[in-house]
Amino acid sequence: MSMNLNSEAVTPARELELYFGPQHLGMIGNFSITLKVEGDRILEATANPGYLHRGFEKLMELRSWIQNFPMVCRINVVEPDSMEMIYAMAVEKLAQIEVPERAHFIRSIYLELARVGSHLFGLWAYANMLGFDTVAQWAMYHRDLILDLFEELTGGRVYHIYIWPGGVRRDFPSVFKDKIVNTLHSIGGCVPDYDSTFFNNRLFYERANGIGQLTQEQAKQWGATGQTLRATGMPYDIRKIEPYAAYDKVDWNVPVRENGDAYSRVWVIRDEMIESVHMIFKLLDAMPGGTVYNRIPNPFKWKVPRGDVYVRCESSRGELGLYLVSNGEDKPYRVHFRTPSYPHGLIILEKLLKNASIADVGNIMISLYVVAPEIDR
Amino acid sequence: MKQKKADKKGSLLSPFKAVNYLFKKPRTLRYPFELKEPALRYRGFHLNDWEKCTGCGNCADICPNEAIEMVEIPELKPKPAEGIKNERPKLDYGRCCFCGLCVDICPAGCLRLSRDYFHIHFDTNTFAFFPKDEKTDKEHFLSSGQYSILKASLAHRKENYEGFAPDIDYSLFEPQRVPMPEVPPEERKLSFIEQVIGYNKEEAKREASRCLECKLCEEACPAHLKISDYIKAIYEDKSDESLKKIFEDNPIPSICGRICMKHCETACSLSIRGEALAVRWLKRFVADSIKDYKAALELRAAEPTGKKVAVIGAGPSGLSTAYFLTLKGHKVTVFDSLPGGGGMLRIGPPLYRLPIEAIDKDVNHIASLGVEFRFNTTVGKDVLFEDILKEYDAIYLGIGTTISRSTNVKNINKAYLALPFLQQNKIGQGTKVGKEIIVIGGGNVAMDVAREALRLQCMQYPNEEVVTRTVSLEDWDELPATKDEIEEAKAEGIQFNPGWGPKEVKVENGRIKGLLCVKVRSVFDEQGRFSPSFYEEKQMFLDADMIIEAIGQASNFSFLPKEFFEKLEFTPQRKVKVDENGMTSIPRMFAGGDIVNMNLDAVTAIADAKIAAEGIHKMIIGR
Repeated sequence: MSMNLNSEAVTPARELELYFGPQHLGMIGNFSITLKVEGDRILEATANPGYLHRGFEKLMELRSWIQNFPMVCRINVVEPDSMEMIYAMAVEKLAQIEVPERAHFIRSIYLELARVGSHLFGLWAYANMLGFDTVAQWAMYHRDLILDLFEELTGGRVYHIYIWPGGVRRDFPSVFKDKIVNTLHSIGGCVPDYDSTFFNNRLFYERANGIGQLTQEQAKQWGATGQTLRATGMPYDIRKIEPYAAYDKVDWNVPVRENGDAYSRVWVIRDEMIESVHMIFKLLDAMPGGTVYNRIPNPFKWKVPRGDVYVRCESSRGELGLYLVSNGEDKPYRVHFRTPSYPHGLIILEKLLKNASIADVGNIMISLYVVAPEIDR
Repeated sequence: MKQKKADKKGSLLSPFKAVNYLFKKPRTLRYPFELKEPALRYRGFHLNDWEKCTGCGNCADICPNEAIEMVEIPELKPKPAEGIKNERPKLDYGRCCFCGLCVDICPAGCLRLSRDYFHIHFDTNTFAFFPKDEKTDKEHFLSSGQYSILKASLAHRKENYEGFAPDIDYSLFEPQRVPMPEVPPEERKLSFIEQVIGYNKEEAKREASRCLECKLCEEACPAHLKISDYIKAIYEDKSDESLKKIFEDNPIPSICGRICMKHCETACSLSIRGEALAVRWLKRFVADSIKDYKAALELRAAEPTGKKVAVIGAGPSGLSTAYFLTLKGHKVTVFDSLPGGGGMLRIGPPLYRLPIEAIDKDVNHIASLGVEFRFNTTVGKDVLFEDILKEYDAIYLGIGTTISRSTNVKNINKAYLALPFLQQNKIGQGTKVGKEIIVIGGGNVAMDVAREALRLQCMQYPNEEVVTRTVSLEDWDELPATKDEIEEAKAEGIQFNPGWGPKEVKVENGRIKGLLCVKVRSVFDEQGRFSPSFYEEKQMFLDADMIIEAIGQASNFSFLPKEFFEKLEFTPQRKVKVDENGMTSIPRMFAGGDIVNMNLDAVTAIADAKIAAEGIHKMIIGR
């Protein structure tokens, strides 16, 4: 805010350095942005990660192949499931482990439930940030219903530790199918309420339209994936391009928006949730019987053949990749994750914040769906 | 402009729909007055059935957070033969991440997770604790009436509140053994072909990969072989290394790989919910896959000490003693009345179980190290015991039990005894058998005799009706023979008559007509001593033209001069008494094997030999 109180003594706006996070109400997670501001205009933003560095990639080199399985999920607190999936995929590819057909379906259903849960969490964060507390509470409640499903299926609410190399850890419990359907119906029944209160609310439009806008070219150039890229009109989704699990077994669409701003991104999230729910119904109908787990070798003697592999999947935030190297030992030689929040939170965020208003920092950051633990690992 | 967009993008008033929710029931629970039941698979605090837990420590090994520590519980008694340690897992909930890998690896299936998840305490030491369950800890597990959620903690838990449970279909270990290729019963009973074909390299590797390395087997093995190490070497494709590990404790792997009583497999933690690791067959694989032990082992004998040791009996214990002492540089001479090594194993186990070549492989290797074998030499006849005692620095007695016992019922002199029968068929001329054979006895020797008799019948009377029966005092559940032997005998068509005792051999015109049996009331008395009683009125007659007795063996000490035999002390179980070094009451004379231990098997004989070899070495060097 620069004010010319006295026309004779024009004081230029003072350049300030402003620390946004890690202790800041608008900040999600342990992350910080150093803002150079002039008035409420941001001159320069520097993403400042490192508050959540747990050294997972190094830790994984010290643990056996199966001991890593309960750990990978912890890299991303919000959606641990695609982490499990990608680790299982990589190990299966290296060790050439077949996965039963039914397990592929269960994996897809489980991952889509996780996507819905994660998007609801994202919606909570975004709505909360904009001041839509009611919607935020709804989203949190509905996410809890999804967590109930996870608890029933896997025994854990947040860290499910469910997809492991060779399939999944347990089959569906009895009447679980019906429970999924009921839960998703009860959440889906509230979509009109969400729409009228939030998505079709003019306040949301006014607040999000044109904010943090990027073109498709920029998105591609800066490494955007997921909603950030799809909101610029590009139907890029690993589930379609390189189908894994059972994603090629049913029909589904990739929701796309054109504008590339926060408004489009949040709408893509909404459409994706609905698409996921439809997909789950289709997967449940098409799910075959049979076993869900091909036993992996004895964990104390398991040596994965020498080789390296890069696998990727579509997490709720974008392209999640894992580069895994084995030198034929009982532990991974090197692990590296390509997490979507990394380019979103470190590159795109910095670029989009330039010349933005301080009031829009949270708006841009959360609409980019940045999750700090993914950046730090 | 704003106006224009508002038309498109919804009205400012639409959010007021949310007001409806004001009149709905709240979704939140007023905890703790309203409870939410955790799911049936909930991964909460651990439960451990201490009675089923073997203390194998696999949970501690797999834990990614090192939250589990195996702690010795002095109050519990370890039972190594059953594969039970007196260690139990201790959980540190400051580290546990509730992943449940410990549950999925637990071979006993005793470790589970409950649906409890509350523990609030000022003392962080209470977060480390020994999980138990309602069966073993009545104090802290309470019925729903006594339980209060307000006191929920590790010391106040609800009983029957199981969550994430072990499931064998999703276990991290492989419960199924790699099937051992065998000659089918119909084919094998026509000849003395070796029944077990043996694993090939790929099968052996796959079987070896099942080992969880908990080492319960090593404590159960009388000779404490480094089983886990040699199995691991097989898995890693290092047969030489595996053989070296075996030879540290057992110099006759080709023999033991076939006929060992496999105490290890009884203790194997995989056997609790699945099939035990095929330790014996894996040992056999190593022994068979290496043609030349000597080249593989790269053994270096110590400098010659100039001391001489005599070993009487070339059975497992004699062979092992000779081997261990030779490695220490002593000059060992082995005396045996048989034409080759192996002792009882040379004459006892039929060819389909233990071929002569397998025995000779081990014996020849020991001979190649410099052990002098004097076969066809009966001590007491061809060479006198006194002379040996004079000439040598120490004597090891590994004479085993070489006399077959008899039931002494009427006309039993017409019957055959087990050992001569087996010996004749294995290394002698063979026996002309009858068409209806009865074998008296229910132990492993009786099984050997019966199955061998059946083979001879099939070979001598092709395409004719023949039958071999066994009669044993012990009922099905008491039969001393191993389960495998009984199953295999059954598969070959041996008929069992358990629970019957022989009363009289019926003879007509000097030929056996059959066996009169009486029903057994009980085999053992109240003190558990052998003292059979019968229902005299319940009798059964079995036709037979040949009867073989296989009811046990005794030792033959006739080679010992009287003054020595009188000095030799025995235990109450009529075993030769030895001290902790394996020395008998006669100075410089050591003993081991069947005359010393109660197990009466090869691997225990090796264990005795190890002790005695140490003892002999200490004595003759230390002097």
